[in-house]
Amino acid sequence: MNDMSRVERQVDTNEIKLECRDCQVFYGDTHAIKDVNVDIEDKTVTAFIGPSGCGKSTFLRCLNRMNDTIDVARVQGSFKLDGEDIYDKRVDPVQLRAKVGMVFQKPNPFPKSIYDNVAYGPRIHGLAKNKAELDEIVEKSLRRGAIWEEVKDRLDAPGTGLSGGQQQRLCIARAVATEPEVLLMDEPCSALDPIATAQVEELIDELRAQYSVVIVTHSMQQAARVSQKTAFFHLGNLVEFGETGQIFTNPVDPRTESYITGRIG
Amino acid sequence: MTDTSMQTPETGRQAVSLTAYDARTRKRAKAEKRFRAYGIVAIATGLFFLIVLFASILSEGIPAFTRTVVSVDFTLTQQEQEEAESTLFKTKAYSDLFIAALNKELDESGLQVDFDEAAIERLLGKVGGTIRTFYADNPDKLGEPIEFDLAASSRVDGYFKGRVSRDTIQDSRFLQKSDLDLVDALKEAGIIKQVFNWPFITGADSGVDNPGGAGIGASVVGSFFMMLVVLALSLPIGVAASIYLEEFAPQNKFTDLIEVNISNLAAVPSIVFGILGLAVFIQFMHLPQSAPLVGGLVLTLMTLPTIIISTRASLKAVPPSIRDAALGVGASKMQAVFHHVLPLAAPGILTGTIIGLAQALGETAPLLLIGMVGFVARGYPDGFLAGFTEPNSAMPAQIYTWAARADVGFYEKAWGGIIILLIFLLTMNIIAIILRRRFERRW
Repeated sequence: MNDMSRVERQVDTNEIKLECRDCQVFYGDTHAIKDVNVDIEDKTVTAFIGPSGCGKSTFLRCLNRMNDTIDVARVQGSFKLDGEDIYDKRVDPVQLRAKVGMVFQKPNPFPKSIYDNVAYGPRIHGLAKNKAELDEIVEKSLRRGAIWEEVKDRLDAPGTGLSGGQQQRLCIARAVATEPEVLLMDEPCSALDPIATAQVEELIDELRAQYSVVIVTHSMQQAARVSQKTAFFHLGNLVEFGETGQIFTNPVDPRTESYITGRIG
Repeated sequence: MTDTSMQTPETGRQAVSLTAYDARTRKRAKAEKRFRAYGIVAIATGLFFLIVLFASILSEGIPAFTRTVVSVDFTLTQQEQEEAESTLFKTKAYSDLFIAALNKELDESGLQVDFDEAAIERLLGKVGGTIRTFYADNPDKLGEPIEFDLAASSRVDGYFKGRVSRDTIQDSRFLQKSDLDLVDALKEAGIIKQVFNWPFITGADSGVDNPGGAGIGASVVGSFFMMLVVLALSLPIGVAASIYLEEFAPQNKFTDLIEVNISNLAAVPSIVFGILGLAVFIQFMHLPQSAPLVGGLVLTLMTLPTIIISTRASLKAVPPSIRDAALGVGASKMQAVFHHVLPLAAPGILTGTIIGLAQALGETAPLLLIGMVGFVARGYPDGFLAGFTEPNSAMPAQIYTWAARADVGFYEKAWGGIIILLIFLLTMNIIAIILRRRFERRW
C-alpha cells in the first residue's frame, strides 16, 4: 500500500508542505492513531475520510497542535512543516497555529461583531499597523470567505446573528485573515444545508490557489468533489492514501472499497 | 407472516375505543394527578409560611419607623440665657423656661393639665440639658423662635403604638398613670405627634436604657465597609483561582484534592470561620477587635468558596468551541481566556459574587466571635480609612444585639432592623437578576 502511494506521488509536481511520519496518538491508554504516514502537498486539497471514531479529526488536530489542549492526549512521531518539526520543544504552538489555521465542524464565531471576528487574528499577531490596514485585511478576508457582499453593510452586527452557512464562511474568513499556509477544516459542512455546502466547497476550491487545504469529511461525494488527494482512515490506521480519483474508482485496499461502497462504516 | 394476518391482527387484542380508559391508564392518570396535588400542596405550604413570615416582620417592624415627638415653639433671648447661666442649677433653669413655653401652648389650646418637672422628665428625659447644649452650640439662634422636636421616652412611644396602656403600666420612676393624662392633653393640643423615624435609619446604637434613640445607620456603615473588604478580596482572589483551576491547572490528584476541599469549604458552618478569624486575625495578627476589616476578612474566607464554585460553573458553561476558535487563530491560552471566555462568563461571575455578598451581608455567627455583636456602636467612623479599623457593628449583629436586650423598646427595633436588612438583600438579589437577564447567553 505504501509502495502504491509512493508511486502515485511521483505523478505529482507539487512540493510537500507537511510531512508526517510514524505518527502515534494516545488518549490515556487508548491508541487512537497508529503509524500514520501522510504527505500534505502545497496548493492541494487533501481529504480525510473514514467512519466515525476512526481518528481522522484527531490526526487533523495534530497538525496544528490543538491536541495540546487535551491533557490526556500524547502525540509521537515526526510532523515536519517545510522541514521543521512542529513538535520541537522550541516551537510555540501559538506561532504554529498562525501558520496552520483551522476551521471547525460547528460554526463558532466569537460573540462579537463581524468585523472584530475577522480582525481578531491580525490584531493579536500584529499584522496591521493601523486601522486602514486592518480594514483592508478584513475586507480582503471576507471577500476570500465569499461573504463580503452579504455583510459589508453590517460589519458591526454580531457574528452570531448570521445564518449557519454565513457563520461558517465567516469562520473561514477569520481563519484566512492571519495568512496561514495550511488550512485545516474539520467537517466544515456537517452543520450546513446543501446550498451553503456548495458555497463552502466552491470557496475551498478557490482557496487551493494559495493554501494547502486539509479537509475532514463524512461525505464521500464531498471528498470526491473538492479534493485532489484522499486519505482513508479506519480504526486509527491510515488504510489508503492517494489520488482522489484512484481511491474512489480503483481502491487498492479491500477495506477502502467496502467503505466507499457503503458496506462498512 | 402472511398477508391476511397483517390485515387483521388477531393477536388477542380487542378493538378498544380511545375514550374508554383501561385499568393501567386510569392508574397512571391517577398517579399523575396525585403527584400534581402534592406539588401544589408543597408550594402552597411554602407560600403560606412566607406570607406569615413577611406579615409578622412587617407588623412588628413597621412601628420602628415612626417615633413620637413633642414639638414646642420656643424662643430664648440672650438675656434669658445669661440669667439661666448665672443660676446654680443651670439645666433646671432651662427646664423651667421650657415648661413655661409648654404651658403657654397648652393654654392657647384651652387645655388645663397639672404637671410638674418630674413628669416632664419622665416623658421627655432631661429637657433642660438638651436645650442648653443646643443654644451653646448654636448661639446665633438666640432670640429666634424655634420649634423643638423632643423625642418622647420609649414608654410614651409605646403608649402611642399600643404597647403600653393604662392597665398595664405600674407607677414607677419611668412612667406614672397620671403622666398619661398629660400625654393625652398634649396629643389633643397637637403638641405630641408621631413622625417618620429618620434617626432610626441614620442614627447609631444607643445605650441599653434608651431604646428610643437607637438607630441602625452606624451598623449599615459597618456592614458597608465589611462588604467593601469582602468584594475587594474575594472577587479577584476567587476569580483568579477559578480561572487557574478551570483553564490552566493540570488534571491530577492534587488539583482534585483542592477541588473537593473547595466544595467542602462551602459547606463549613460559618461559626467555624468565626473561630478561625478570632484565632488568626485577632489573637495572632493582633488586628483590632470589632473592626469591619476583621469582619470583612472572615466573611471573605466564607464567601470565597461560593464565588469560586459559581465562577467555575460559569466558565464551564462557556462552550469549548469559543476556546477552540481563539486557539485556532493563534491566540495564546491566556488571550483566549481573557479576550473571549471571561467576557462571556462575566455575568455569571457577577451574579455569583452578588449572591455571595448577599449571603455574607446576612451572616451573624462569625461576627459573634470577633466582637461585633453586643458592641454598642455609638457613632459613625471618623473617616473612610477609619471605617475599616474603628470598632463598629454590622446590620445582622446589631439586630441580634437588640433582640437580646431586655427593654421591649429594642424588640421593635430588632424587627425594624430586619426590614432594613431584607431591603438590602432584596436590592442585591434584584441587581443580580437584572445583570443575568441583561447579559444572558450571547453565543
